[in-house]
Amino acid sequence: MHDLAKHAPTAPDWGALRRDFPILDQTVHGKPLIYLDSGASSQKPRAVIDAISRYYEHDHSNVHRGIHELSNRATAAYEGARERTARFLNADKPSEIVFTRGTTESINLVAATWGERHVGAGDTILLTELEHHANLIPWQQLARRKGAQLLYVPVLGDSGVPDPAKVDELLTPAVKIFAFTHISNTMGTINPAAEWCARARALGVATLVDAAQSAGHCPVDVAAMGCDFLVFSSHKILGPTGIGVLYGREERFAEMPPYQTGGEMIVTVDWHDAKFKPAPHGFEAGTPDVAGAVGLHAAMDYLDAIGRQNIFEHDRDLAAYAYTRLSELGGVRLFGPGTDRAGLVSFLLDDVHAHDVVTLADQHGIALRGGHHCNQPLHRKLGVKSSARASFYFYNTHEEVDRLVEVVEKVRAFFNR
Amino acid sequence: MDFDFEELYQAVILDHSRKPRNFGALPDATVTVSGDNPTCGDEIALSLKIDAAADKLEAVGFTGSACSICMASTSLMTTKIKGKTRGEAETLLRDFQGMITGQMPESETPKSLGDLRLLSGVRKFPQRVKCATLGWHALKGCLAESGEGKFSVGTGDADL
Ligand SMILES: Cc1ncc(COP(=O)(O)O)c(C=O)c1O
Repeated sequence: MHDLAKHAPTAPDWGALRRDFPILDQTVHGKPLIYLDSGASSQKPRAVIDAISRYYEHDHSNVHRGIHELSNRATAAYEGARERTARFLNADKPSEIVFTRGTTESINLVAATWGERHVGAGDTILLTELEHHANLIPWQQLARRKGAQLLYVPVLGDSGVPDPAKVDELLTPAVKIFAFTHISNTMGTINPAAEWCARARALGVATLVDAAQSAGHCPVDVAAMGCDFLVFSSHKILGPTGIGVLYGREERFAEMPPYQTGGEMIVTVDWHDAKFKPAPHGFEAGTPDVAGAVGLHAAMDYLDAIGRQNIFEHDRDLAAYAYTRLSELGGVRLFGPGTDRAGLVSFLLDDVHAHDVVTLADQHGIALRGGHHCNQPLHRKLGVKSSARASFYFYNTHEEVDRLVEVVEKVRAFFNR
Repeated sequence: MDFDFEELYQAVILDHSRKPRNFGALPDATVTVSGDNPTCGDEIALSLKIDAAADKLEAVGFTGSACSICMASTSLMTTKIKGKTRGEAETLLRDFQGMITGQMPESETPKSLGDLRLLSGVRKFPQRVKCATLGWHALKGCLAESGEGKFSVGTGDADL
């Protein structure tokens, strides 16, 4: 906790913040709920839930369509969320923010538009072995359509760190786009996003950063990072499900054909032709998720009031504590870097399948993730079918980690009896 | 330890998951069907040697890696179907499905299921039903592939 001491004057009252999350105050299978699955989806503070209700109770209508009062309010709320997102990411302009359904759709959008136009036969698409299926399959399918080559920066075994020597070797001018995760959802690795983006830029290579695990967990600044695209989901950063963000550098958006077509994204339509709006609206066909944007706006306000650096340090300390306690147990295989890891820990018990660990943890009220965490090829490479994952947020406590360790010990004793 | 959990992981089940019976490839198999649960990484391949003339499942073997519930359920299944007719295997399959999904009242669970009845606790763990039924899906697939094809193959659903 020594790092937090540095921030002592502004150190958040974590206990009070936790009480902002109504869902955490319940028992599961007769035990107090310990939610250690925020990597899959975070819980929502009262402020977000209330913002959505308030919007529906007072301001809802369709956006950009009516000239009546409610439509004006809805439009202002929606475009206000866009401005807020631009500030959240330190983007140049709100027009560099496109709302999508989430990380997955954001990546599919880029692969289907920018990728479709700029990646050709013989070109290379570079990923890392850490990628979530969402940042793998859209590129794999694009490569297959185009006859392009798909390469992966390999990770160094269980450490989950992409091999720096291989980045040097694979990141060449033959690469059209380098798409990589900022924080690995399986390993907790924090990739050197700014360094990679700078090197790619110098070679004329476009970059896409998957910030699904980082946007709500640490400061994310697209100007400092220097990426071309950055994507994340609202539901992992305290916001509602159903909405996500695609940040795109202005000149990148300008060189992309439309994604979906229909209402809202057109300038003029004729029977046999149509003219499309530029970004952001040109990439947002149809009625958007206005209430989702309102909730996401409230979530970003809430996060920035706490300070994402504070959150990062809190989660990092908790994960480091969990990592140390679990490694002391013996017979536990831990994945990801031993130091400089983000707020999650994946592990396996000798001879116990992750599913069995997760079921027993659930009986003790502890929500863990078990499986391949949408990263099948990586698990295959590590020679495991699945792993158990505890992922933390600022509402989790050291006592909850202690409970987790106790339960893991129980599981081990049970299966080794 | 929690009661439901103890019920789920009884000694016989743990024993079968640690030392699965009929585990290993079957070199002279007449049919092999594999199945997987992509969400949790369970993978099972079931092989049967069917003597069509005598209508008998002469030999059975399985390979793969899976959680303890899946291993135990598949292991127990192989011990029950070995030497049985196709019709008997199909009956077993239906009875097991009825039990595991809770469609059949506990009191009506046929004695013929034997130790398989120890798996009835799985019904309290809906997310684990898929684990318990994976090997049975493979059996259904084997029977379909080797017969008139009246069963359709699926993966990992409670619905066998
Ligand atoms: C690193 C990473 N990328 C992408 C995704 C996909 O996000 P979503 O399912 O919200 O589109 C996730 C979360 O599941 C993730 O952790």
